[in-house]
Amino acid sequence: MEKEGNITKKADEFLQIFKKGEEFTKELLKENERLRFRIAQLEETVEQSHNEERIKLYEERIKMLEEEHNSLLEKYRQVEEENKDFASKYVEVEAENNNLANLYVASYQLHSTLDFNEVLRIVLEIIINLIGAEEFAIFLMDDKTNELIPVTSEGLPLHDIPRIKIGEGIVGTVAKEGEGYFSEDIANASEIDARNPLVCIPLKIKEHVIGVISIYTLFVQKTTFSNVDYELFNLLAGHAATAIFSSKLYTQSERKLTTIQSFLDLLKEKPKR
Amino acid sequence: MPNILVVEDSATMRQLISFAMKRIHGARVIESTDGVDALKKLSSEKIDLILADINMPVMDGLKLVSLVRGNPVYKNIPIIIITTEGAEEDKKRALAIGANAYLSKPIQTQDLIKLVNGFIS
Repeated sequence: MEKEGNITKKADEFLQIFKKGEEFTKELLKENERLRFRIAQLEETVEQSHNEERIKLYEERIKMLEEEHNSLLEKYRQVEEENKDFASKYVEVEAENNNLANLYVASYQLHSTLDFNEVLRIVLEIIINLIGAEEFAIFLMDDKTNELIPVTSEGLPLHDIPRIKIGEGIVGTVAKEGEGYFSEDIANASEIDARNPLVCIPLKIKEHVIGVISIYTLFVQKTTFSNVDYELFNLLAGHAATAIFSSKLYTQSERKLTTIQSFLDLLKEKPKR
Repeated sequence: MPNILVVEDSATMRQLISFAMKRIHGARVIESTDGVDALKKLSSEKIDLILADINMPVMDGLKLVSLVRGNPVYKNIPIIIITTEGAEEDKKRALAIGANAYLSKPIQTQDLIKLVNGFIS
């Protein structure tokens, strides 16, 4: 009996232990479940924080790209601006180039001959073709009479152009003072007055005036003077003067030489008779 | 390589136009002093474009244009007239006899180059 009681007691004790074990196992399972849930939560949090970091990174990248885009736009604008500058400079250089070509051709032609009439013809050509004058005349100074004598003209009969005294009208004043005259209103030329042209350019060798170019009318299509026109006027004032003066001297000396040569030939022939 | 015939009695203008034409890539300039000389050059050279003045001795530009247009061999060569006249009726007259374009003196080199390029390019 006593043995049976011991066995029952032990069985109760074992049952108690087993129940405790069961409870402990249940608690462990519960704790395990809780921890798994916690892990899942943590994992979610970590992932979220990764996403936020990524978003932050992307935002930074977008910001950087936007800055880069803006700086490229700014650079593009600057290049565009520079391009416009270069284009306008190119046009200016082109125009300058053309002007220089005109001046070169004029200068080259003026000094291409020593024949007086040929030089006068070239001066006429330059005034017609490069300046665009329709009616004009070239006067040369006669130092003996102190008068300007017309030597050639275009659009006007030479015999209709009077001799002009130094100081008389615009032409005479230009010859006296050696300063060019340019009318402000070149488009509306009134009646031609030989003494009062639209433009009058002194032909000067250093400070010595040897004549003048008087322009009375321009072609209808020529309504204003450009920079190259003034450059051409300056060129004519100097180069045309030199060309006219030297060709005149050369032609005169050629004529004298021919006369002297003929005279010498006559002298040589004389003893034979 | 385009051959450009410049018909002009003024040496200054011939030189100026030749200068301008040198700026057209590969262009070769053949110079003539009047219409008769130009017709001789037309028969001996292959010409792609004619630049002609109106007022010239021996044979003027207008006569030259009408002769070129009347010749089946040369009739399609573009002709640009260069002259001192600037009035609208003068332009119409030049175009009526067969010129393709018209430029008034004093010519602007850039206008001339642009015009020529339009015909030969």
